[in-house]
Amino acid sequence: MGLEQKAGNMGIVTTKLESLVNWSRTNAMWPMLFGLACCAIEMMAAQAADYDMSRFGMELMRASPRQSDLMIVAGRVSRKMAPVVRKLYDQMPAPKWVIAMGDCASCGGIFNNYAILQGVDEIVPVDIYVAGCPPRPEGLIHGVLTLHEKVRKERFKDWA
Amino acid sequence: MVDIREVSVDELRHLVSDRAMTGETMLLNMGPQHPSTHGVLRLLLELDGEAVVNVIPDIGFLHTGVEKTAESKNYQQAEVMTDRLDYLNPMGNNLTYCLAVEKLTELDVPPRAQAIRVILAEIQRISSHLLWLGTSALDLGAMSMFLYCMRERELALDIFELVSGQRMMTTYIRPGGLWRDVPVEFETAVRNFLKAMPRRIQEYEDLLEKNEIFLDRTKGIGILTAEDCFQYGLTGPVIRGSGVAHDLRKKQPYSGYDLYNFDVPVHPEGDVYARYRVRVEELTQSLRIIEQALNKIPFGPVRSNNRKYVPPPRSEIGVSMEALIHHFKLWTEGFTPPAGHVYAATESPRGELGVYMESNGTAKPYRVHLVTPTFSNLQAVPIMSKKHYLADLIGIVGSIDIVLGDADR
Amino acid sequence: MSEHLQNTLTSMQSRHDVQVEEFRGEFTLFIKPENIQKILLELRDQYDFNVCMDVTAVDYYPQETPRFHVIYQLYSMPNNIRLQVRTRLDGNSPKLDSVQHIYSSANWKEREVYDLFGIRFTGHPDLRRMVMPEDWVGHPLRKDYPLGYEEVQFSFNYDEIMINKPHPKD
Repeated sequence: MGLEQKAGNMGIVTTKLESLVNWSRTNAMWPMLFGLACCAIEMMAAQAADYDMSRFGMELMRASPRQSDLMIVAGRVSRKMAPVVRKLYDQMPAPKWVIAMGDCASCGGIFNNYAILQGVDEIVPVDIYVAGCPPRPEGLIHGVLTLHEKVRKERFKDWA
Repeated sequence: MVDIREVSVDELRHLVSDRAMTGETMLLNMGPQHPSTHGVLRLLLELDGEAVVNVIPDIGFLHTGVEKTAESKNYQQAEVMTDRLDYLNPMGNNLTYCLAVEKLTELDVPPRAQAIRVILAEIQRISSHLLWLGTSALDLGAMSMFLYCMRERELALDIFELVSGQRMMTTYIRPGGLWRDVPVEFETAVRNFLKAMPRRIQEYEDLLEKNEIFLDRTKGIGILTAEDCFQYGLTGPVIRGSGVAHDLRKKQPYSGYDLYNFDVPVHPEGDVYARYRVRVEELTQSLRIIEQALNKIPFGPVRSNNRKYVPPPRSEIGVSMEALIHHFKLWTEGFTPPAGHVYAATESPRGELGVYMESNGTAKPYRVHLVTPTFSNLQAVPIMSKKHYLADLIGIVGSIDIVLGDADR
Repeated sequence: MSEHLQNTLTSMQSRHDVQVEEFRGEFTLFIKPENIQKILLELRDQYDFNVCMDVTAVDYYPQETPRFHVIYQLYSMPNNIRLQVRTRLDGNSPKLDSVQHIYSSANWKEREVYDLFGIRFTGHPDLRRMVMPEDWVGHPLRKDYPLGYEEVQFSFNYDEIMINKPHPKD
């Protein structure tokens, strides 16, 4: 305690490495622009003025997977689109997280047939599921904040 | 099945020009995930430098199998799926489906329900055009337009939430009328919306009209003649931007549209700028319709009384035996229309949306086919983009207002 | 019924072998599959049905043979009337002439009918699958094709379904 008081005057902060890295990852997590169907419209509404997501660090939506950390799968994934989703997931550099937004990405939604994957977790590992058809922008923001909490709890051993 | 197949140029020989075989032109894939394709559309481009030689659109990345799934559900359950097709116009999809069911069953719709349907459909048209304006201006470089349009769209979504509890996929319009009556705050909310919108539309016009970059990027680009429109079956703002005054609300009016006075904006040039002007002027005309409908809403019931198709109110179930039996039949089996087939069409913000419904006398529809405007409009992209550059192609694809849920169903 | 439609139907009935049906104010023309190109060309050039709004099909297996009905929705822009034209096709390797050179909008629509029903259109320049992946086997909208749904996972059958569900490798 004495050390911190003296060190604080010089502008030095002591903390755990895990906390520092996890905090910096959550504060500037850039989502990839991956809107497929109706949930994409609510994702755009969450990004726009009324329910601003840039206050949580998600200022831009990067179109390129090489420059993004978070893939928000918003919408129904059809069988023709499944290899594309997997390829994009593989192209993202680690650390990466996936949010399955909406009912169709979580479990297939109301479409239980030959053409729709019953949940995007058949092809990519999902961290957070957000329910709703489509989920309200506040619901998506709650999902993002839950992801931030999950990332803050990550340990040294889980990295890469 | 989770593999990507590599395709060589030979397989596409019948689609691309001969110069691609020798390597003179380049084949580029503007893949399903791209910020400006407005959904999962794949465009195979044949480019000579930056000039476009040929464009081959590839759709099917959002195929949902709605038509097959609807054959295994009741009529009421199948309506829920129609919301999610053209996801910027869910009220319009519901309305078209309900018009088909009502035509098939010869169900009457009370005038109060018709007026409220018109108001909601026009508010939906305004919100769809606002999103189109925001995203297509974003494609052409005007980034702040997107945020302004989304702000206005929130006002329209607030009205939908007031009426039905859901912002987007409401399923509020049901066969025979509406789900239930509008709350008392509806009229105040719509009047506030009507008061706020004209000034905002004026703001958008001021932002874009005099901007030289916007005018250069839209005038003379992507010309479509009226004859092309007839051949390719294009409808909606695309055909009105090419000089033909075809609007189903005037030519084959439905749901009481013939009671209101409104104009149909038509521009003859056929380029991207003409389509932009048609849609912006349609915003003003929609406000006119909403105001007239709001002033003239009659009092009365909002759903038909025909208990074979419309469930009775809860208060009646306790007292009348027939009401209980009707409720039971409708909830377990669903209603059974007579056998036959109908085609009902309405004017969605993108064009003519039609439902072909065939029934064989059971509670499940035998065939529901949706004739969607985006499917027809996308066919015209190759002819519109000959002799233009890659940057113009983005503007052209934005101007026909595609929604891929509509195209793939 | 408008006068133009009346004239069209009577002259069609007198000159070709067609049947006319009416339901809820809409008129349907049943024709033979061999005459499809001739009749649609005549409807477009002489009777002003210049827009083909839709080409689709219905499968009546196993109640009826012939099994498929192919439906063309025509619209006349100058006269503002609609007409539906239907043909009946058999089940084993159904073939029909393409009308893509008469109405260009039929190009993609015939591809979609081929994809979902398996009806081949002779003379179509580019008959490939449209909405299903290219290596898909089967034609989904036929009545003998299963819906392909997954059983709903409740707590009593949770484990059985979890074994059969595909999971990603990392």
